[in-house]
Amino acid sequence: MDPVPASPDNDLTAARRSWMGLLARARPEALAALMPAPLPLHRDLRAPEIGTMMVRGRIGGAGAPFSLGEITVTRATLHLEDGPTGHALVQGRDRAHARRAALVDALMQTDAAVQIRESILAPLTRAETARRQGRAAKAAATRVEFFTLVRGEDK
Amino acid sequence: MYVAVKGGERAIDNAHAWLAEERRGDTAVAELSVAQIREQLKLSVDRVMAEGSLFDPDLAALAIKQARGDLIEAIFLIRAYRTTLPRFGATLPVETATMAVIRRVSATFRDVPGGQVLGPTFDYTHRLLDFALAAEGLNPPEAAGASPEGLDSVPHVMGFLNREGLIEEAGAGDEVPPDLTREALELPANRALRLQALARGDEGFLLSLAYSTQRGYGNTHAFVGELRIGQVVVEAEIPELGFSVEIGEVELSECETVNQFGGSKTEPPQFTRGYGLVFGQSERKALSMSLVDRALRWKELGESHNPAPARDEEFVLSHCDNIQATGFLEHIKLPHYVDFQSELELIRRLRAAATPEQEEE
Repeated sequence: MDPVPASPDNDLTAARRSWMGLLARARPEALAALMPAPLPLHRDLRAPEIGTMMVRGRIGGAGAPFSLGEITVTRATLHLEDGPTGHALVQGRDRAHARRAALVDALMQTDAAVQIRESILAPLTRAETARRQGRAAKAAATRVEFFTLVRGEDK
Repeated sequence: MYVAVKGGERAIDNAHAWLAEERRGDTAVAELSVAQIREQLKLSVDRVMAEGSLFDPDLAALAIKQARGDLIEAIFLIRAYRTTLPRFGATLPVETATMAVIRRVSATFRDVPGGQVLGPTFDYTHRLLDFALAAEGLNPPEAAGASPEGLDSVPHVMGFLNREGLIEEAGAGDEVPPDLTREALELPANRALRLQALARGDEGFLLSLAYSTQRGYGNTHAFVGELRIGQVVVEAEIPELGFSVEIGEVELSECETVNQFGGSKTEPPQFTRGYGLVFGQSERKALSMSLVDRALRWKELGESHNPAPARDEEFVLSHCDNIQATGFLEHIKLPHYVDFQSELELIRRLRAAATPEQEEE
């Protein structure tokens, strides 16, 4: 994304991108556990739908794009009763995951935001951080430390 | 005259029922779950995702179960399934420089920022069968942890080692790349299209081609500039919202090779690059892909003609897809009674013409 100038609108967009990303990356079962049925009242604008997206890579890691292969995704759009619209585009084929992600997106635009952040987003963030740190720590333990051996020729 | 023949329906039904029974195997042995395949046969799952060209570990694991472990059959199932799904669009290009690496090694430069990270590798194992694994219920030793300082953002080796300008630039551009799942492959292909074909190409085929270049059939004296494996965030635009969001994470294997290059009429002497990027943990494939990518670039680098198989774009791209290959190869075992009947007639007539006396006796 191109850098955008700071403004209240852009702050909101940045915050929204951040929670939508977190919800998409979350394990479906983790989100479901934090948000058990019955779900808040809502109406589907676009019922959860499974499809694919073509993932692009970059030639040489930094050059022009190329088509790498597809990924399964599920998207959903809904709105709360007389409330804001929520969107979700999440990896995988779990319709309930997309529905819950869209619901949280909508709820985060209401007065319930503080409570939702506390009860859903915060635990998801903690779980993700723990997962990432755990992998990074294991990777770090396999980092090679080189020792330079002094050889005999020089005296 | 063409006579349509029907039949075999009952035989086919019974064959499929027996296939299902054989798939299950001895019912005294516990059944494999899809989750077990996903978690414990991960590298098979990764290969099916890479060559099926669809990142979805659960689907790949299911395909492996259904195919009784025949990975090409599983890839076939994935390719068939993906055609049933609507395409919502394309993601932004993944930025592998931001990869959360679990493995990252360079065979060319020892002291790289972030260090040499071995990760969960088979390298340095003794390749001795471990009979302890035959006993069930043993818990593996817990992997050690250490401070992940410097691992949060690991820059590409090639980028910061190119200060002298001795390595070819990666190039730039943001044009919409071709997609051979939308438009049939046309030759000559540009590098983006070649990389797509190689990324979904057969690992064995690419391995052999890459090996052939090392042995002298289209010499690509390659060094591994960098090999990295890890999670990369995938981001996509949401048109309704007018901004992009992260939609998930994929595991990728990426390989960059550097190749000595004496220069040509158009290019100065420098190190040139080959690139491989593959879904999942598939470093053999990523490495093979980068060698073959480099071999196929001979024309754009102004290298002299050398008729090696790995440098022949038409040969490589037309034969690297194992589903196309197996489809055409395996169809010959299906009934060709009418075709063969005509061949038989032809041979009889030719023989009659060639040896009239004998035929008359």
